[in-house]
Amino acid sequence: MWEAIRRWFDPREMRSVGSRPDYRFSLANERTFLAWLRTGLALIAGGLAAAQFLPPLPVAHLREVIAIALLLLGAAVAVRAVDHWARTERAIRLGEELPASRFPAVLALAVAVGALLLVIAVLARALG
Amino acid sequence: MTGDPGLQPERTRLAWRRTLLAFTAVAVLLVRLALTGDLAGALLAGVAVVGWLGTLALTWRRATGAGPRRAQRWSFPLTALAAAGFAVLGVLLVVRGLR
Repeated sequence: MWEAIRRWFDPREMRSVGSRPDYRFSLANERTFLAWLRTGLALIAGGLAAAQFLPPLPVAHLREVIAIALLLLGAAVAVRAVDHWARTERAIRLGEELPASRFPAVLALAVAVGALLLVIAVLARALG
Repeated sequence: MTGDPGLQPERTRLAWRRTLLAFTAVAVLLVRLALTGDLAGALLAGVAVVGWLGTLALTWRRATGAGPRRAQRWSFPLTALAAAGFAVLGVLLVVRGLR
């Protein structure tokens, strides 16, 4: 794990491994990293908005739990984004397969389940 | 670098600018959540503003293509850690609001 973190910060190693790729591949990888970073920032902004714009909910502290869950999910997306960027850059330079990841599927499921729970909560409130 | 029909460098610079906009929105929400009318709130809002200035400095280099390439590489992990740091500050503010 520390090895992976050291790689994020070590541009010399990143440029010495393998061969220099077409710059367009590196730039595409960079934009993918930024798109993931913005996804994380959107989750963080959602958590901050939930904390200050939701009215107090019938279940005690539910608002704060929703806010903290979104904030932690956003932080995880941001950290994972830079790890994936570094591993992809390395794979491109070495001409290897790009790193496979379950993370997008897990994140999509988590967001879908959260949205469904909110739909149920809204319906229960409207009908009940 | 002859002929780049996709304008890749320009698209990448614009992506950094969009990311800075997202950081700005998060920083504004953090400052609004932090300000509770006391000294501690003002200090925490100050932390958010300083963090935002940091992301401004980090993203500006790559958004404009200025500065040495070597230093620019650090922009990647540092911007990601800045986002995580904003999230941690947000958690602190939410927990603080409970008391």
